[in-house]
Amino acid sequence: MDKQSVPQDHSSTYEGLSKLLYAMDENGKYVGVRSTGWEAESFSTELAVAEMNNQRDDAWKRAREGKTSALEYHMYRKRMDLDTLVMITGLWRWRVHRHFKPSIYAKLSEKVLSRYADALGVSIVELRQLPSHP
Amino acid sequence: MKEFQHQQAAHCESGVVSALVSHAGLELSEPMAFGLASALAFAYIPIVKLAGMPLISYRMWPGAIMRAMPKRLGVAMNIQKFGSVQQGTEALDAALDKGQVVGLQTCIYWLPYIPDQFRFHFNGHNIIVYGRDGNDYLISDPVFEMTTRCSREALIKARFAKGALQPKGLMYHPTSVPSQINYKVMIPKVIKANYRNMMQPIFPMIGIKGIRYLSKQILKLEKHADRDRYLPLYLTHIVRMQEEVGSGGAGFRFLYASFLQEAGTLLNNETLQQAAKELTDAGDEWRRFALRATKMVRGREEMSLNSLLNSLSDTLNLVADREAAVWKRLRNFAID
Repeated sequence: MDKQSVPQDHSSTYEGLSKLLYAMDENGKYVGVRSTGWEAESFSTELAVAEMNNQRDDAWKRAREGKTSALEYHMYRKRMDLDTLVMITGLWRWRVHRHFKPSIYAKLSEKVLSRYADALGVSIVELRQLPSHP
Repeated sequence: MKEFQHQQAAHCESGVVSALVSHAGLELSEPMAFGLASALAFAYIPIVKLAGMPLISYRMWPGAIMRAMPKRLGVAMNIQKFGSVQQGTEALDAALDKGQVVGLQTCIYWLPYIPDQFRFHFNGHNIIVYGRDGNDYLISDPVFEMTTRCSREALIKARFAKGALQPKGLMYHPTSVPSQINYKVMIPKVIKANYRNMMQPIFPMIGIKGIRYLSKQILKLEKHADRDRYLPLYLTHIVRMQEEVGSGGAGFRFLYASFLQEAGTLLNNETLQQAAKELTDAGDEWRRFALRATKMVRGREEMSLNSLLNSLSDTLNLVADREAAVWKRLRNFAID
């Protein structure tokens, strides 16, 4: 890539920051060049974030309707999925899955809840509640 | 004591290692740190999932660059992991109070200064801490232009995050560095090792074969059961793995080409210079692939799905051809 071809697309995903790419200057010598973003990349980032937000909103809706527990909503809110949450808490997969049932989740001990609280970085009080909007 | 100089880098780990080794007295550029660690790779790992997508990596696993320094450069590296948060925090504070500058492995999600859209649960992000001030640590994160700060609580969370590749508080710093590097001996060695990563992989989804494997996987997208949802996510996932994760462009290919050029200049070697140019061409082809894949997802190109996927798949095969040619050229250099 030539230095002049380094994209400067001011991607909103960068929040005004820049990152360093390596490109060739006029003499064919490699130099570090700052880039304010690349459309192709930021489009991909945004799509991945939108997908996670959709999952979060969908879980929130289902939790409202009593079809899942607040845990699933908080999991997606913290950008995790079932696999990640299982790995981070060290709980069995079937157990975490079971805790998505509102009736079972409501009866969880503080001890189990504290493992979720720790993994997700939220308080137990927050974990038990579903906010009024996602 | 020498004041620490922050330097922006393309990639977190090569940036941290380059800055720490340079701070300890041995000037080492980021591309040189990356190249000396033979860190260029390609791996398609379907059993490891990231948000439901296969792991695609363009470099060696996290920690490989830092861990290569003692063996390859003769840098003595103090590397510590911790069983408890308290131990890890005390050790960090003690090191900083002695004026040491240290590298840490962290989970990027818990670092509050990271732009929101880049905060994912990835445990392999390396940063430098060069001091502390009240409740804040002074941070030099090489992927950013400027130094920043991070609260004690947030840094603890990031250092002791659990899950895949958990850092366990990993902290490291060079304790002594050699006065010079014997590039004449080292460069053929590290290129030979990197040749093996790319051309003689232990598994079929690694190296040049891995790129061809990905090219075949793309053709399967047309028949995927949940195609309308899966195809855009899959293609943009590749683009993100290639570009977003601090690669210096084209999945570390430009970074490695820069290393080849630097090595070629040091050794006054035309083969290395030529290989740098050819790898740059391969990198440009990766960038074209990213551009086409995102255009396709946005539906800007009016072609049938089948022919679009075919053209993407062909681009990746072309990338594989170009990279294979580079490594064949480098093989002659490294073995002569």
